[in-house]
Amino acid sequence: MKAIEKFDMLHVTDRVLVAVSGGKDSLAVWDLLTELGYQADGLYVGLGIGEYSDTSGAHARRFADEHGLKLIEVSLRDEYGYDVPTAAAATNRVPCSACGISKRHLFDKAAIDGGYNVLVTGHNLDDEAAVLLGNTLRWDIEYLARQLPVLPARDGFPKKVKPLVRLTEREMAAWCIVRGIDYLVDECPIAAGNKHLAYKAVLNSVEHESPGSKAAFYLNFLENMSPLLAGMSVAGKDSLHSCATCGAPTTGENCAFCSIVGKAAALDPVPVECVLGKSVGKSLSKRARR
Amino acid sequence: MKVLLRNPSREIELAGRRSVNSLLAELALPREAHLVIRNGTLVPGDADLAADDLVEIRPVISGGA
Repeated sequence: MKAIEKFDMLHVTDRVLVAVSGGKDSLAVWDLLTELGYQADGLYVGLGIGEYSDTSGAHARRFADEHGLKLIEVSLRDEYGYDVPTAAAATNRVPCSACGISKRHLFDKAAIDGGYNVLVTGHNLDDEAAVLLGNTLRWDIEYLARQLPVLPARDGFPKKVKPLVRLTEREMAAWCIVRGIDYLVDECPIAAGNKHLAYKAVLNSVEHESPGSKAAFYLNFLENMSPLLAGMSVAGKDSLHSCATCGAPTTGENCAFCSIVGKAAALDPVPVECVLGKSVGKSLSKRARR
Repeated sequence: MKVLLRNPSREIELAGRRSVNSLLAELALPREAHLVIRNGTLVPGDADLAADDLVEIRPVISGGA
């Protein structure tokens, strides 16, 4: 694949861990990497988003079974005493934020603990273009400087790569259908109405009027803007130390994940229905205050 | 034709034949955000859909990042 070579993402000797949600992108990238001959295990994090999580886990397990692949599973509820709806309620965070923090921490931990030297996620061109649009609308230099298809290993973090950044969401869905991959089509009930989806709709509208715009927007950002932003990430320069609770790298006394665990594990489980529609509105205002 | 829509899952019945692009336009669904599967096979925008076809319109946009 062009992205793997161009951005020097993977080598055949790497031990690769693929973050798998049961959706089209993560199953497609797992499928593509194994087809290309990479040794890639999967990691599924059970987020406790009701029936949606039950179904997504079933899709991930079925794919692993059918392809003879190893799937590592982590359950937020069973192993850390909370789930995403409860975390959102306990921390007053947007659910997608609590979800993202939890996943990123557990992906890093599983990769480091398991001796994997590369963590792969299924972010595609549409995902990256939508994030880029959001970051650009806020001129968020910190996030823009870190929006790269490859993040090198650093201070307890594994190398992270996104092999699908040149491929559209539509292409990934088509790949799954043609390959007979049974992925979870239904959308996360909590994500409905979030800004990420709104940005994607805007970009698709532009793409309809001017084909090629989406790829040009993101890929020319990588080509022309990323080099200018190199070294401008404050987080990338901050010295990290170990979280007082779990030992993960952090800039604070405790990492964001342990902060969520501390608040959410003490609560009774919050039903998914209680946080539906809460993905809208807060994230932008929170970021704007930074 | 029977048309299966997603998010939320529902089924509608439409009379007559039409192309994939016409069907999507009629339902105000952007082509960039959807794939169309006819009787289990992925079909392009200019494919004709017959009155007795089973059609699934599958959204390809997901909200996580």
